[in-house]
Amino acid sequence: MSDRHKLNVIGTPAAKVDGLTKSTGQEIYADDIDLPKMLFGKMLGAIVPHARIVSIDTSKAAALPGVKAIITGDDMPRKYGILPVSEDEYPLETDRVRFVGDPVAAVAAVDEATAEEAVRLIEVEYEELPTAFDIDEGLAPVAEEARIHDYGPRDNVHKLVNLHFGDVEGAIERADTVHEGVYFYSGNNHLAMEEHSAVAQYGADGRLTVWSSTQTPHYVHKAMAKVLDMPASRIRIVATPNGGGFGGKSDPFPHEFCAAKLSMESGRPVKITLTREEVFYMHRGRHPVLMWLRTGHDDQGHITALDFKSFVDGGSYGSYGVASTYYTGALQTVTYKIPNYRFRGVRVFTNKPACGPKRGHGTPQPRYALEIHLDKVAEKLGLDPVRMRRSMLVDEYTMTANHMRVTSCGLDECLAKIAEAADFERVRGTLPYGKGIGVAVGSYLSGAGLPIYWNKMPHTSVDLKVDRGGGVCAKCMEIDIGQGSNSVLAMTVAEVLGLTPDDVQLVVSDTDTTPIDLGSYSSRVTFMMGNAAKEAAEKIRDMLVAAVAEKLGLNATELVLRHRRVEHHGTGEGMRFAEAVPIAEAMFGQLSSTGSYTPPRLAGPYKGSGVGPSPAYSYSAAAVLVDVDPETGIVTPERVWMAHDVGRAVNPMLVEGQVEGSVYMALGEILMEEQVFRNGLHKIPSMLEYKSPTFLEMPPVETFIVESIDGEGPFGAKEVGQGPLLPMPPAVANAVYDAVGVRIDELPITPEKVMAALADKEKGGPGRFGPGGVPEVDFGEVLAVDPVWYDQPPEDWIPTVRRGEES
Amino acid sequence: MKERIQLTVNGEVHDIVVDGNKTLMEVLREDLRLTGTKHGCELGECGTCTVLLDGEPVLSCLLLALDAEDSKIGTVEGLAAGSAPHELQIAFGELGASQCGYCSPGMLVSAAALLRDNPAPKREEIRDYLAGNLCRCTGYLKILEAIELAADRVSERRAAGETSPEHRIPARPAAEHGPDLEPIEGKRGSA
Amino acid sequence: MLRLPPFDFRNARSAAEAVDLWGESEGRAMFVAGGTDLIPNMKRRQFEPPVLVGIRRLEGGRDLQTDDGLELGAGVTLRQLAAAPNVRESYPGLAEAAGQVANLQIQRVGTIGGNLCVDTRCNYYNQTYEWRRSVGFCMKKDGDICLVAPGSSKCWAISSSDSAPILMALGATVDVLGTDGPRTISLGDMYQDDGIEYLTLKPGELMTAVRVPAPGNGQRSTYVKVRRRGSFDFPILGVGASLRIEDGRVRDARLVLGAVHTHPLAVTGVSELMEGETPTLELCEAAAELAYKRATPLDNADLVYYWRKQVTRVHVRRALARLCGLEVAPGGVR
Repeated sequence: MSDRHKLNVIGTPAAKVDGLTKSTGQEIYADDIDLPKMLFGKMLGAIVPHARIVSIDTSKAAALPGVKAIITGDDMPRKYGILPVSEDEYPLETDRVRFVGDPVAAVAAVDEATAEEAVRLIEVEYEELPTAFDIDEGLAPVAEEARIHDYGPRDNVHKLVNLHFGDVEGAIERADTVHEGVYFYSGNNHLAMEEHSAVAQYGADGRLTVWSSTQTPHYVHKAMAKVLDMPASRIRIVATPNGGGFGGKSDPFPHEFCAAKLSMESGRPVKITLTREEVFYMHRGRHPVLMWLRTGHDDQGHITALDFKSFVDGGSYGSYGVASTYYTGALQTVTYKIPNYRFRGVRVFTNKPACGPKRGHGTPQPRYALEIHLDKVAEKLGLDPVRMRRSMLVDEYTMTANHMRVTSCGLDECLAKIAEAADFERVRGTLPYGKGIGVAVGSYLSGAGLPIYWNKMPHTSVDLKVDRGGGVCAKCMEIDIGQGSNSVLAMTVAEVLGLTPDDVQLVVSDTDTTPIDLGSYSSRVTFMMGNAAKEAAEKIRDMLVAAVAEKLGLNATELVLRHRRVEHHGTGEGMRFAEAVPIAEAMFGQLSSTGSYTPPRLAGPYKGSGVGPSPAYSYSAAAVLVDVDPETGIVTPERVWMAHDVGRAVNPMLVEGQVEGSVYMALGEILMEEQVFRNGLHKIPSMLEYKSPTFLEMPPVETFIVESIDGEGPFGAKEVGQGPLLPMPPAVANAVYDAVGVRIDELPITPEKVMAALADKEKGGPGRFGPGGVPEVDFGEVLAVDPVWYDQPPEDWIPTVRRGEES
Repeated sequence: MKERIQLTVNGEVHDIVVDGNKTLMEVLREDLRLTGTKHGCELGECGTCTVLLDGEPVLSCLLLALDAEDSKIGTVEGLAAGSAPHELQIAFGELGASQCGYCSPGMLVSAAALLRDNPAPKREEIRDYLAGNLCRCTGYLKILEAIELAADRVSERRAAGETSPEHRIPARPAAEHGPDLEPIEGKRGSA
Repeated sequence: MLRLPPFDFRNARSAAEAVDLWGESEGRAMFVAGGTDLIPNMKRRQFEPPVLVGIRRLEGGRDLQTDDGLELGAGVTLRQLAAAPNVRESYPGLAEAAGQVANLQIQRVGTIGGNLCVDTRCNYYNQTYEWRRSVGFCMKKDGDICLVAPGSSKCWAISSSDSAPILMALGATVDVLGTDGPRTISLGDMYQDDGIEYLTLKPGELMTAVRVPAPGNGQRSTYVKVRRRGSFDFPILGVGASLRIEDGRVRDARLVLGAVHTHPLAVTGVSELMEGETPTLELCEAAAELAYKRATPLDNADLVYYWRKQVTRVHVRRALARLCGLEVAPGGVR
């Protein structure tokens, strides 16, 4: 690469552009907003898990001094839902409640204490209905009037999927060995430090503004217009910096609508901040998933067929559930060559808080099952688990059986890196009883290839405006939830324009003033917004170059932007960026540009193919060293090695931060975090009893950044926010097995499960803790899909940039 | 019931009338508009609302504002000297120790008290000292690195004879507590 | 956010004034020192006292003397105890216990008096008003049955003090002051087998001091706390143990368990079992077996109750073995 194309900003560790704002306490989060005459809102949640609402009497609450507005379901009788296929929620339920905490009324009052007192005075009469609390109960036949929702194939079944690629039965029959297993992954909570909060102001001009800690201002905007039956053009959603999201702030939420409606009713601004307990009811946590899988292998361990079933406990509403269900079957194929694949999935409604996306959305669960399963297969076949995996990885630039297009893939390098760093082959099997090492891999999207509602518009756009003084302002609806998307935007623009990131002003997350970005979910922002920002900046660059070339009589193709100058790449002849701007403005008019990004058409030729395709996949591999106390069953992770193929590290320091954060969040899920319900009521809705790891539980992490330089990512970048979570849970489970010889096929790996498995082994059993089987389910008609081509790309396929060939 | 109180926050004396049942966290955020101090549970279960009470990190969600009258209170807004951020704040920004940033104010005042008492803490000492502050973004590792970086810089400045910025952290009242020693073994003696 | 119910706050300057203020409230006031237990409970509406009497600044409340035995003002903070060199040296188990309560922020304001009187805990009880209303109120607050043991006529909320087991093992007494004047009782006598009325203190009685006898010759003590995380969490098992090794023989062994019953559980029979014996792992194991049999954790705290009972044996054996200077399992006491 010549010096001319050297990257000056991208690839260099740099402080976050908003780092100091945050560390000085100057960042304004939603709950920090205080407007003149602001009221405080409070919602009343159901105290029964499933019931018909017979009556709601708000008269006592209305009589309480200080109460300014009260609303119930009838005030907003239009349904919404993040997915168009499951718009099944009201902000306040009108005729039926489906989980403890389901909001039925809301109050705005002069202060929060009065609002809280007022909701307690609201009397609701319920007529209780039969309940379903788990997967088995959710699958059971139920009378029509007792169904949790009136849609879905039958009973409380929300969604059925039955996809078949190739010939699984035939391949299983021909396989040298066949292996089967059952696994369970518990539900858990994002537990972002910031409790959800929204402030709404309905002005005298008839315009509504809502400031909210949301990851998806655009979807909130759409839902708000629908629910309030107002033109979207009169609604402005401003996403405030999220105090953590992890997927838990990706749905439109009742408190957002209630704050808006209460403001419209009272004529005053209204703030609703959820309590931590309410967050546990509202947050849309990770789905509990029961899984069954069967694999066929040849004598080298290579997979010849994978047959996979998911049983997804959805909770009380649709949320992202249809997508989540497909995700439990989508990405098994993008890590290993799997020529024949069948996926059957079912999501059931249950009378618990609705589940939705959490970091890894629907993919950590099957990854847990698959990676433990392969560890078992390797052992049975007498193969080294790293070597076996490395011998069957997908090739870069290929298609999978279920039509996922794989472009760059650095997984082999990831595995090689961690195996070497952990000295895996030598260490495994030689550690003393109680110490163990395990590995696993994973892969994740760099953005969903399709938007949540089908359309052909861009997924993201960036506007740039250059001030005569030389200032550059980048506008985009992206929202920084802590992952560093603001920095990615500034760095991308700075790179192209030869500036430094702090030269770039940002205007973000505002539906009035910024162009579309679909939101901070599915690890899409760096890849998609990065491409849009690059395109917008290149347009400005081209204008500056043309102007300077003409002014100085130079050849435009020989000019570069770097070090805040527009100059000849060889001689350095040119001028300062700030001097070039007025010349270009005189030539072209106001220097503004827009860049957009729309992913290529990626969906395969079948229903359901919209979930899983991504313009690029990240890859990770982890090795974990654990200590297991055989007398107490306590598992302590002692060291973690994580290699992650991020395509290109836009900011290596932030990449490391995302890897470390993913490892942390995964360890919480593996060792302690679990949503536990008793008759539908959350047993432990508090930060004390819902355990999350502290400083003391976090082991050292050695991070290896692998750069596969993706052909379509901005500067080759892919994702890092979610992928590194995936290999951790199975790697720990595999390490526990190496340590004490028991298999914990059910997350979290709590001490009593380890003890139970050890006791089982002692008695001559298999030494396993996990689910015994899966229910019999009719998954409906199979959708058989030919794997159009497998492993043999057509000649005219996408232009490929292979490792080491990048320009 | 409304009560008139005098609160000394970051060296400024505030004469205010507040609801007598408010916690210090509520008064800081709502009455003094010092919204740098955050809250994550309001039950003493997360460490987010940590402030300095006479130089000691405590939870402002569990402390009655009325009970803080005779004390000096320090918040994240008081760490900077005018427009110059504290070394810790700089290091947090520089190393990505603030991801979403929501736990940072509590984390920072705890860390500032630590560096005041122990200018060159070992990594284990930092972990033990900050174990009452939860973070969900970073996995804590960048926070540890940032505190170590800030500690190194403070030491360098001190060696160079410069006034070190930790002087902005209120000193503790004379040795009432004795040294804030390491808890002895058993500290990590559990699951 | 969760907020406190309304109340009047009165700061007392002396124990006598605090007791007087309680009297003036017609017995409806509550005392608050560090507030780390009471304030969350009030926010969840476990308590709604019309008056709070502040006792953080009582005269002599934070005095810590070690001249002849240990004498602590009830307002001595847990951090003071954990850090005091003479406590760490002569009563290591007490320093360990104080240093493992919740986290440093809590230890800095939480007091020894408060920790000894900490409300019993139950995951049916430590919940907000709305949550408890949904599940159906329990007898400890607003209801009339025990939700963890529905057939039970008494409340099974768990004694969750970290300092009580070790202070009982060290033979501590407490001074209390009430409207009838002062009295001194053994710490063990301050507790009773009832999750609601878990203290024997009379209404309005205020703990003013804790006294621990001077350590005997060769005395050692330890406190082992089992909890999910190294910070924040209440104990799901506490092991307070004290013994002396004299001429190679065990003397005066005392073992008290926390968090396995409604009150700190003195494991009777351990003293007799170990008295005068040569310390061996088998002896520790036998003592641990006694502890295991007595522990009755129920399904109302973190992790499953049978695991908590199961590991009682392990942690007691390891604690005693360590006190006896015996080899413990690799990795130490966990």
